[in-house]
Amino acid sequence: MVYVVGLLSLVFLILAILVLTRLTSVLKGVSGGVSDEQQVRPLGMSNRINGMLFLAFLIFGSIAAAWSFIHASDYFLPEASSPHGRRTDNLFWLVMAIITLAFFVTNALLFVFAFRYQYRKDHKATYYPENHKLELIWTVIPAVVMALLVFTGWRAWRDIMSEAPTDALVIEIVGKQFNWELRYPGVDNNKLGNYNYKLIDANNSLGIDLADEASFDDFTATEMHIPVGKPILLKIRAKDVLHSVFIPHMRVKMDAVPGMPTRFWFIPDKTTEQMRNETGNQSFRYEIACTEVCGQGHFSMKMNLVVEDEDSFRKWVSEQKPWLTNNPDYLARVPENLRAKAAKYVPADATSAPADSTSAPAEEAAGGASTASLR
Amino acid sequence: MATVGTSAASSAHVEEHEHHEPQSFLRKYIFSEDHKTIAKQYMFSGIFWAIIGASLSIIFRLQLGFPDMKLEWLRPILGNWIDSSGKLDKEFYLALVTMHGTIMVFFVLTAGLSGTFSNFLIPLQVGARDMASGFLNMLSYWFFFLSSVIMFASLFIETGPASGGWVIYPPLSALPQAVSGSGLGMTMWLISMALFIVSQLLGGINYITTVINLRTRGMSFSKLPLPIWAFFLTAVLGLISFPVLLSAALLLIFDRSMGTSFYLSEIYIGGEALPNVGGSPILFQHLFWFLGHPEVYIVLLPALGITSEVIATNSRKPIFGYRAMIASMIGIAFLAFIVWAHHMFVTGMNPFLGSIFMFLTLIIAVPSAVKAFNYITTLWRGNIVFTPAMLFSIGLVSFFISGGLTGIILGNSALDIQLHDTYFVVAHFHLVMGAASAFGFLAGVYHWFPKFFGRMMNNTLGQIHFWFTFVGIYLVFFPMHYIGIAGFPRRYYSFTSYDAFQTFGDLNTFVSLAAILTFGAQFLFLYNFVYSIFRGRKAPLNPWRSNTLEWTTPLHPGHGNWPGEIPAVYRWPYDYSKPGAAEDFIPQNVPYSQTPESNLPHENALIALEKEIEAQNYNDQFKQPH
Ligand code: HEM
Ligand SMILES: [Cu+2]
Ligand SMILES: [Cu+2]
Repeated sequence: MVYVVGLLSLVFLILAILVLTRLTSVLKGVSGGVSDEQQVRPLGMSNRINGMLFLAFLIFGSIAAAWSFIHASDYFLPEASSPHGRRTDNLFWLVMAIITLAFFVTNALLFVFAFRYQYRKDHKATYYPENHKLELIWTVIPAVVMALLVFTGWRAWRDIMSEAPTDALVIEIVGKQFNWELRYPGVDNNKLGNYNYKLIDANNSLGIDLADEASFDDFTATEMHIPVGKPILLKIRAKDVLHSVFIPHMRVKMDAVPGMPTRFWFIPDKTTEQMRNETGNQSFRYEIACTEVCGQGHFSMKMNLVVEDEDSFRKWVSEQKPWLTNNPDYLARVPENLRAKAAKYVPADATSAPADSTSAPAEEAAGGASTASLR
Repeated sequence: MATVGTSAASSAHVEEHEHHEPQSFLRKYIFSEDHKTIAKQYMFSGIFWAIIGASLSIIFRLQLGFPDMKLEWLRPILGNWIDSSGKLDKEFYLALVTMHGTIMVFFVLTAGLSGTFSNFLIPLQVGARDMASGFLNMLSYWFFFLSSVIMFASLFIETGPASGGWVIYPPLSALPQAVSGSGLGMTMWLISMALFIVSQLLGGINYITTVINLRTRGMSFSKLPLPIWAFFLTAVLGLISFPVLLSAALLLIFDRSMGTSFYLSEIYIGGEALPNVGGSPILFQHLFWFLGHPEVYIVLLPALGITSEVIATNSRKPIFGYRAMIASMIGIAFLAFIVWAHHMFVTGMNPFLGSIFMFLTLIIAVPSAVKAFNYITTLWRGNIVFTPAMLFSIGLVSFFISGGLTGIILGNSALDIQLHDTYFVVAHFHLVMGAASAFGFLAGVYHWFPKFFGRMMNNTLGQIHFWFTFVGIYLVFFPMHYIGIAGFPRRYYSFTSYDAFQTFGDLNTFVSLAAILTFGAQFLFLYNFVYSIFRGRKAPLNPWRSNTLEWTTPLHPGHGNWPGEIPAVYRWPYDYSKPGAAEDFIPQNVPYSQTPESNLPHENALIALEKEIEAQNYNDQFKQPH
C-alpha cells in the first residue's frame, strides 16, 4: 500500500511542478507583451502547455491507475466462500474488463484529441456537424454489450433470489441498535416459532410467541454457527430502524426492515478452518456487518460467523439450550393446552403446570394483544 | 461581424430602458425581479453553500484518514461535538455526512447550478427581455433563501442537524429516540426541504414557460442552444419529480408528529413497543428515489448543457450530432423516471422487479454513451483553445465517462448485492454526479463571467485551478473504488471493529490528504473570482468569439437585456469554422443573405424565409403594456 501512496503522491508532485513551470513561462510571456486577443483567449504558449498537460495526464494517470490497481488488488473482493459469490465475482471481473477497456479507450481519445487538435494559428477546424452512420454504430455497440450484460446478470440474479431449497437450515437474524440477534429453529424441529414485536421485553428480546409450539425448542445465540455445504436461509428482520445484513465473504447482503421480514439464502462452502489455511491467516474469522446507516453504533454492529463441518455443527447445536429452558418463567405464557409439550423443555423443578395431553393447533399470534399487557 | 453586434456596442452605456423609472436599491439588488440579478444571487448562495459543504467533508475525512488524530483544535468551531477524549462525536459524524450530502446535492448542485445558469442564460440565449414572471422568479429565490437559512441554522442547534443520511430513510429519521439528529434537526431539515421544493417548482415553471413562450423571432426549438435544451428538460424533470419528494416529506412529517403510520410498523425501541403497525419503510424509499434518481440528472443535465456550449465554442467546431445530443437528453430524461428502484435492489423488493429495473437501468447507459462519444468527436479535428472553461468541460467529460462506467456494474443487480452501500457507490456518484456537475458549474462561471460582471477572470490562475482540481478529484475518488471493491461499507465512523476492514488504512489517509489539497486549490478560484469582479480586465463584447445571443447584448446588459429590438435568429448556434466564411464563427443573428460565401445549398433556400422571420409577431414583453 505504501507504494501506491508513494506513487500517487509522486504523480501529484510531477504535475504540480509542470503546472508551476508553465506558470512562470506564462508570466514571462505576459511581460514580453502579448496581443490583446491572446490576453482574452490563451492562444500562445499557455495553450500549448495545457495541451501537453493533457497528454502527460493520460500517460501518468494510466500508469498510476494500473499500478495502484495491481497493488490494491490483493484486497479486492475478499475470497468468496459461496458458489453464488464466485459466480458474481466472475461476472464482476467480466464487466470490469469491459469497462476498463472502455475507460482507457475513451479517456485516451479525449486527451489525445485535446493534445493533437490544440489551437494553431492559421488553422481552421473541420466543419463536421454529424455522421449518421457513426452515430448509429456507437449507439448499437453499447446497446448490444448492455443486452449481453443484462442477460448474464439477470440469470445470476434470478438464481440467487430464487426460493431456498426446502432442506435449508433456517436462521433468524434480527437487527437492532446496535447488534444482531439470532434465533435457531431448535434442537428438535427445523421450524422457527412465531414472534410478535409486542411480546418483546427485557428477557424476550425477540418477541418469541410461546403460543406457537414450534417456538418451544428455539434457541438464541450470540455467534452464528453454520454447517459447511448446506443451504442456509436467513430470515431477516429489524426491531427498531433499518439495518442491513452484510457478510462480505459470502457475498450476502439484504436489508433488515421493521415490519417487513426479508430473506436471503446461500451455501457456505468453506469452513473457517479452511479459510485460515487458504489465507494463511490463523486468526481469520467470518464477520457479519451492517450496511444500512442505523445510528451512532452503525459502524460496530459486528457478529462473528463460524462455518464448520456437519459434526462440529451438530455438537454445537446439542450444547445449546432452548430459550424456554433458560427462561422457565415464561412457561406461564404457554396456553394451557400446550403446557405439557412445553414442559419438556423446562427443568423439572421449575414446572408446575397441569398436564394436558390434547394437542390443539397453536393459536396464531393471537396472544399478542392480550399478553402485551403482561410487560 | 453582425450589424446587431456593432449597434449593441455603440449603445453599451444605455443602462435602462427609458420606459422604466430608476429603482430603489432594495428593488434593484435585493428583491430584484431581474433574471440577471437573481442569477447572481443564486451564484453567490451556491458558492457559499459549496464552501460549507466542502468544509464538512474535510472534517469527516480527517476522521477517516487519521482515526487517531486528536481533534481538540476544532473545539472552538464544533464545541461539544468533540468529546472529552478529543474525538469526533459518533452521531455528529453521521450528521456531517448527512449535511454534506444534502447541501451538495440540493443547495449547491441543484439550486446553485440550475438557479444560476437557467436564470442567467435562458432569457439571454433565447432572446427574451426577462423570465416569463419576474415576480415568481424573485419569489423562487427568496423561498430558497429562507430554506437555506433554516438548513444553516440547523447546523447549530444543540441536538445537532439531521443525521440519517441525505436519503433520510425512516424509521431512523422518524424516531428522535433512534438518533438525536432526528429530533429538532430533522424537523428543520423537512421544513427547509419543503420550502426548497416550493422554490424549485416556482423556478421550474418559469424556466419552462420562458423557453416555450418567449423565444425571439426565428428561435425555433431546432435552433436552441444546447444549454437551453438541458435547462428546459431539467425543469421538466424537477416539476414532475419534486412534488413526489414533497409528498414523501409530508407523510414523514405526519408520522413524526401526528401519530400516523405511513412508514412505521412493528417497532420496538427505547424499551417500548410503538403502536404503529401496517406502514412500510420501503414506501418511503420508493417515493424518495422516484425523485432521487431524476434528481441526479437534474444535477447533471445543466452541466452537460453548459459543457456542450463551451466545447463547441472552444473547439471552434459545431457540436457533433446536435440532434443526437437532444435526442439523448430526452431519452435520459424519460428513462430517469423508470430506473429509481436500482437504489433498492437489496431492500427485499420483489426480485422480479429487480430484474425489470436492472434492464431499464442498463438501457440508460446507451444515451449516456452517445453523449460521451459526441463530445469526443467534437474535439476531433478542432482548433482547441484551452480557456479555463474549456479545461473544466474536458474534465467533466472525463469524469462523466469514468463515473458512468461503474454505473454499469452497479446497475447489474447481481453485482450490486456485494457493492451496494460500499465505497464503490460513493466513488461512482461522486465522479459522475458530484465532480462532473461541479465542473459544469465552474466551466459556466469561467465562461460567462464576462457577461455576468463585464470583466475577465485571470486565465492562468484558472488553468492552474483546473489542474489541481482535476488531478485532485481523481486522486480522491479513484482509490475509493478499491476500498469499495474490498467491501468497505459507507457511512462508517471507523473501520476498527472488523478484521475484514483492517486494510487500506494508508489509502484512506492518502484520500484525505488529496481531499484537503483539492479543497485548498478552490481558494485559487475564490481569489480569482472575487478579485476579478472588482479588478478584472474589462471584457470585450464577445471574448470567446461565440455564436449565441447573449454576446450581442451590451457589456452590462440593463433591464430588458437589449437596448433596442431583440435580435432575430436565422441559423443554429454552432456555425463554427464554416467552410468559406472569413471568421471561424457566425453568430445566430447573422442572416444567410449576408453570408453567401459560406451557405450550404439548403441554406440558400432559407434566405427567402428571412423576411418572414423578421415580420413575426413575438412576445417582446416591453412592447406590451405592463
Ligand atoms: C451509466 C449510467 C448509470 C448507471 C447504470 C447508474 C447506476 C447506479 C446504480 C445501480 C446505483 C445504486 C448503487 C447502490 O446504491 O448500490 C447508483 C447510485 C447512484 N448514482 Fe448512478 N448510474 C448511472 C449514472 C449516474 C449519473 C449520470 C448520475 C448523476 C448525475 C448518477 C448518480 C448516482 C448517485 C447520486 C447514486 C447514489 C445515491 C446514494 O446511494 O446516495 N448515476 N447508480
Ligand atoms: Cu447499521
Ligand atoms: Cu439512480
